[in-house]
Amino acid sequence: MSDEEDDLILDELNDEELVLQMYDDLYDGMADEIAEAVHILLKREWTPYDILTKALVEGMRIVGIDFRDGILFVPEVLLAAGAMKKGMVILKPLLIETGAPQLGKMVIGTVKGDIHDIGKNLVAMMMEGAGFEIIDLGINNPVEDYIEALKRENADILGMSALLTTTMPYMKIVIDTMKEQGIRDDYIVLVGGAPLNEEFGKAIGSDAYCRDAAVAVETAKAFMARKHNQA
Amino acid sequence: MQTLIIACGALAREVLALIKLNSWQHIELICLPADLHLRPEKIPDAVEAAVEGARGKYERIFVAYADCGTGGLLAARCEKLGVEMISGPHCYSFFEGNAIFEARGEVTSFYLTDFLARQFEAFVWKPMGLDKHPELLELYFGNYEKLVYLAQTEDEGLTAAAKDAAAQLGIEFERRFTGYGDLETALKP
Repeated sequence: MSDEEDDLILDELNDEELVLQMYDDLYDGMADEIAEAVHILLKREWTPYDILTKALVEGMRIVGIDFRDGILFVPEVLLAAGAMKKGMVILKPLLIETGAPQLGKMVIGTVKGDIHDIGKNLVAMMMEGAGFEIIDLGINNPVEDYIEALKRENADILGMSALLTTTMPYMKIVIDTMKEQGIRDDYIVLVGGAPLNEEFGKAIGSDAYCRDAAVAVETAKAFMARKHNQA
Repeated sequence: MQTLIIACGALAREVLALIKLNSWQHIELICLPADLHLRPEKIPDAVEAAVEGARGKYERIFVAYADCGTGGLLAARCEKLGVEMISGPHCYSFFEGNAIFEARGEVTSFYLTDFLARQFEAFVWKPMGLDKHPELLELYFGNYEKLVYLAQTEDEGLTAAAKDAAAQLGIEFERRFTGYGDLETALKP
């Protein structure tokens, strides 16, 4: 960032310039600036939903593209996610108040034996930003926890994440148990994590492998739309 | 005709030590950059290029990689290329012995080998951005409880470095001497 940019007074920017600046600030992981910009847009009577989708989610989509293309790396994405989170903390209660559209409910967690939750947390945040209700089971989940939560929450989607080659086969155990219980087709099952690939996702019987958080959001939206069309 | 070992750069010292220890004069070694581990999806292509470059010049080509985060893709590529590789998920596992490592089932341990103890700053701390953003430490390591240093050699300097790394990460420290574990068995002619 140049000195000139550092001196920017966000409140003096028009809406379009401010949103573009938010994309830059998200990209640079500038959490305080994001929080300030969110407050400014609220003051200008933007709806919380528009701020979330047009500024924060869109900004993170750009970050996601550059991560996919190898321009940004994990630390930068984490900083950007931290900035988005700061904006979402402000918006979340307002979104509940204003009744933002809900696209569906997702149970998500890392599989048994796996404590690596960075990817899972990014997906949860982006899904929440896109309008999904998230039931986050955290790390190291046995099959019973997933299934109990799916039933209890009457969820639409199961999201499973694994970072390790040694833990990713556990996803198949979860899906096979769902089949045994005759509930597999009641849910959309999405899987993700660094060592996974599309072939693995198909082989274990998931509905889709999602290579990153943005793909997870788009995939979930597409499956939910299909589900509604069938209903 | 010689045997060629195509190894991960993180195993260079260990493979050279085993060659010396066993007087394996028929073995040649080439190493691929250790930082491929930062983008494991690139490992199969890099291995294939090295194998194809060496075809016809050696009686046997051996790939000194385990799965290493490729999710089975490296094993599939090696099978296609007709070359052997090390079994197991990663070097932590085969140094300790794949069977022992699996039986331990440690979920909340972070592992260092001699290579990683020596290169902790370059291969862990800096690539994770912790040198510039220490506030990310909790996000990366918040779920870990212990750093386990799997030592291939008796080296007080490396033990001290591994202990420092554990302190830097704010987790407990344990050292286990493994020697070369399954690596030696895998490389044996």
